[in-house]
Amino acid sequence: MSLEQLRGKLSYQGLLLGGTALLTSAILAFASRATEAEIRKAEALDLKQSLAIVLPGQYDNDVTKDTVVLPSSEGDVTVYRARHAGKVDAVVYRVIGHGYAGPIVCVMGVSREGKILGVRILKHAETPGLGDKIEPAKTKWIFNFDGKFLGNPVVDLWAVKKDGGVFDQFAGATITPRAVVKAVKGGLVFFEKERSTLLDETGGKP
Amino acid sequence: MNEKYIQITRNGLWDNNVVFVQMLALCPTLAVTSSVTNGLGMGLATTAVLVFSNMIISAVRHLVSEEVRIAVYIVLIATLVTLVDMSLNAWAHELYKVLGLFIALIVVNCAILGRAEAFASKSNVADSALDGLMMGIGFTLSLMVIGGVREVLGSGTLFANAHLLLGPAFAFLETTIVPDYKGFLLMILPPGGFMVVGLLLATKRVLDQRRAARAEQIAALTL
Repeated sequence: MSLEQLRGKLSYQGLLLGGTALLTSAILAFASRATEAEIRKAEALDLKQSLAIVLPGQYDNDVTKDTVVLPSSEGDVTVYRARHAGKVDAVVYRVIGHGYAGPIVCVMGVSREGKILGVRILKHAETPGLGDKIEPAKTKWIFNFDGKFLGNPVVDLWAVKKDGGVFDQFAGATITPRAVVKAVKGGLVFFEKERSTLLDETGGKP
Repeated sequence: MNEKYIQITRNGLWDNNVVFVQMLALCPTLAVTSSVTNGLGMGLATTAVLVFSNMIISAVRHLVSEEVRIAVYIVLIATLVTLVDMSLNAWAHELYKVLGLFIALIVVNCAILGRAEAFASKSNVADSALDGLMMGIGFTLSLMVIGGVREVLGSGTLFANAHLLLGPAFAFLETTIVPDYKGFLLMILPPGGFMVVGLLLATKRVLDQRRAARAEQIAALTL
């Protein structure tokens, strides 16, 4: 039977589709095995770099490995701990704000005294030209948080100026900075609540 | 023989341009062309996939039945895109961070299935590879022109962030056309994309009509 006749048969078409699917799945499985280790490595490096931005100063442990997972109002939070001579000096964790166009993922570093070391935006989908002023590449707004803690300003003033707080909003975009301020405030409240666990001062208990 | 290759090249770059004539792939076009660099990145990734998908589909064209061809092509294209996605993520991670979003979008780029169906399934491997390359370059150039207009009008720069895509050696491309530009938000947002595509489309039509009119005149004179 020629190929021409064979192609018209239903069984051939079924086998062709099945064969294609099988072959491509096999190729993808091999490719996935081949690239998995490299992708893990690259992602670990990404994480390390994003941690380093909000962790100024010296620490002597592998921050990416020294983690503790705690429940919070936004789901489980993975906290990375930076130590100096065994003592936790600072912690880094993600907080999520609810912006104008979906979640704004921020990473914040907090010192053991509860002071903000730095806040950065990892991912957002805010309006370009308006809401994206939260990116350090666009404006310096995000540095306003450096050195702040609950008490400076006092809890009630942790809001944008339009809401009676101390943080600037942007012309034409209030929702974005409001979301970030709220998320960072939430992060500090979380720090106060879980302080002893975060700083590993529970005497070995989890 | 030579004439055929010239024809394929002309088709890809101008006469049958993916964006401006076939009007395909408008979704990724509008989504990524807020800057030249983004357009270039999307164009290059698409070109790579287009060349390989055309070659593979041309190579198996005698085995595939008419009735199930679309399903087979889609599976092949999706596999190819996933392979590109994984290898970039593993071995060119910096580039992947810039292009990552676009690569998954290539699967739904109908220009690729369009070329598989209209060209590769009827032509030999070499012709198909050339067609894929030329269609890809035509697509890339279109994206860069749209991206360029939108970037200059929208943010007053050209080739911003080129070093992220092409490496630090290309940082010299990054220029500020209008210093202290306040930005024209509409151009960066999707409506600006529609407007620019529409205006460029009209420009191309006018150019083509003028060329046709001149060719007619010359033909009339020589008669």
